Amino acid sequence: MTAADHAVRPGAVSKAMVAHAIAPRAGGRPWTFYVLLTVFVLYVLALYGPMICIYILSFQDVRGGLVFPIKGFSLHWFVDLFTQVRTGDVKGSFDRSVKLAAIVTVITVVVSFLAGMAFRRRFRGDGIVFYLMIGSLVAPGLVLSIGVGLLMHFIGVEGRWYTTAVGAQLSWTLPFGVLVMFAVMSRFDRAWEEAAYDLGATRWQAIRLVVIPILAPGIVAVALFGFTLSYDEFARTLQTAGSLNTLPLEIWTITLNVTSPSLYALGTITTIVSFTIIVACLGSIALMQKRRASRVPAY
Amino acid sequence: MGARDRIFGWVYVSPLLLVLVPFFVAPLLVVITASFLESDGFGGLIATPTLGNYVDIFTSLLTFNLYLETIKFTALTWFFSLIIGFWVAYFLVFHVRSPLLGIGFWTSNIIRMISWIPLLGKEGLINMSLIKAGVVHEPLEFLLFSSFSVVVAYVHQLTIFMVVPIFNAMARIDKRVVEAALDAGASRFDIVRLIVLPLSKNGIALGSIFVVSIVMGDFFVIKVMSGGGSASVVGALYEDVGVLQYPSAAASAVLLTIVVTLLVTAILRTVDVRKEIAR
Repeated sequence: MTAADHAVRPGAVSKAMVAHAIAPRAGGRPWTFYVLLTVFVLYVLALYGPMICIYILSFQDVRGGLVFPIKGFSLHWFVDLFTQVRTGDVKGSFDRSVKLAAIVTVITVVVSFLAGMAFRRRFRGDGIVFYLMIGSLVAPGLVLSIGVGLLMHFIGVEGRWYTTAVGAQLSWTLPFGVLVMFAVMSRFDRAWEEAAYDLGATRWQAIRLVVIPILAPGIVAVALFGFTLSYDEFARTLQTAGSLNTLPLEIWTITLNVTSPSLYALGTITTIVSFTIIVACLGSIALMQKRRASRVPAY
Repeated sequence: MGARDRIFGWVYVSPLLLVLVPFFVAPLLVVITASFLESDGFGGLIATPTLGNYVDIFTSLLTFNLYLETIKFTALTWFFSLIIGFWVAYFLVFHVRSPLLGIGFWTSNIIRMISWIPLLGKEGLINMSLIKAGVVHEPLEFLLFSSFSVVVAYVHQLTIFMVVPIFNAMARIDKRVVEAALDAGASRFDIVRLIVLPLSKNGIALGSIFVVSIVMGDFFVIKVMSGGGSASVVGALYEDVGVLQYPSAAASAVLLTIVVTLLVTAILRTVDVRKEIAR
């Protein structure tokens, strides 16, 4: 195990030890393992099964309906999705949502990182900031959305997806980001940072050369959280995005008007996008850990 | 170092406050203010203070029914997501080697909700299989557009919010404690009841906060999945906004915020969530 590995997962215990702890008798796995495995498999099936159904159903041809059996095979409903008037501006809203999520992600990462740094030590008034954050997390999205809408009305600002909606979404992604940052930072040994100071590093050097590289996988996790939460946000964006819809708002409208496999095609496309992003994030985490493992001598 | 650190603390959280003040504190204050004003009926507000909006809410039987319905769904969702979430987290922590949580959100929540239609619908997979197997002769109607499908959709979406914090708490349990208990003759059931459960209490609380606040603040899952059969607090509120009745919407928003705050405070009182996540 390398030092870096240790920093990221101090709770990681070798498999042999866990297996031994839970199944010490008779060498084999206990019957409870199989019960839990069944629960887990059922959960995963229930989680992804329905979605896999709609992916399959989205590739039907023109006779296709909302339920099984599958009728034919074509890309008809994908074409339909982007050409029909009743499905609205899917392409535009998709474009906006990805850009919005990208803006929100960058801000979430930077602000959560800084707040995480602050909360490592107690400071006067930290409780107030913490509870403000929790409040922002649990407040009903639509309530805040209405509040922002009224506020804009009073001060005469027009809502735009790239201004007011960004702020409204941040009030939701930031508390999540900071909570994840807490979990990540609780595994960071302050001694490393202090060693950097002892060697004459400035505050900025210590952050750039010691803190950020060690926390990098956790920071990517915050980014992933920020992106998915924003990309899917509905209630807080509803009254704040102005005249142009984001993708969830567009999907909401579509569900009210359209009952055809076009909806399923939309599901397939959005999944491909999320998948690409998730794979890219997990891939970069894995790459970082690999590079780190090769750089830091094992002991 | 002390005073310097304290100043840096505030410097580091200032960007967070720059978001929370205009987009959480200010809108909340605006909503509270609006709840004491009168509507002009065209989306405007008249600056005469009144308690009328609150009187309307508290004297309406509808409010009571809406809260009853919403709290019913919250309790059911909380219960099932907790049971499933706890055991899934337990399995991942204690039985799986590399807990690669590839469980992403995959696609929009709305689409994930709709994905139940080909399964639960009248001509859906479940009904067709049951008829084919001869278990039932008529398709089961209660599967879709009912309270049942609302709870299914909630649990489907929100169990992950239980799994992650419980997983996080369980992963920190020192495995030597479990071994010591085994050596002392504890059964597996004892270990779960006396060690794992108490030590993952904080994760359970955090997950419960997520689930409770999301269900209480939701309106579209209930609208789509109940087929219009069930109403919710936020759904009614949204209808008020739709007809530009901002003051009455604001009053019910304030009431809802108070109820959610009380629920969250009750959960927070059972544990020190802050200590758990910041330690």
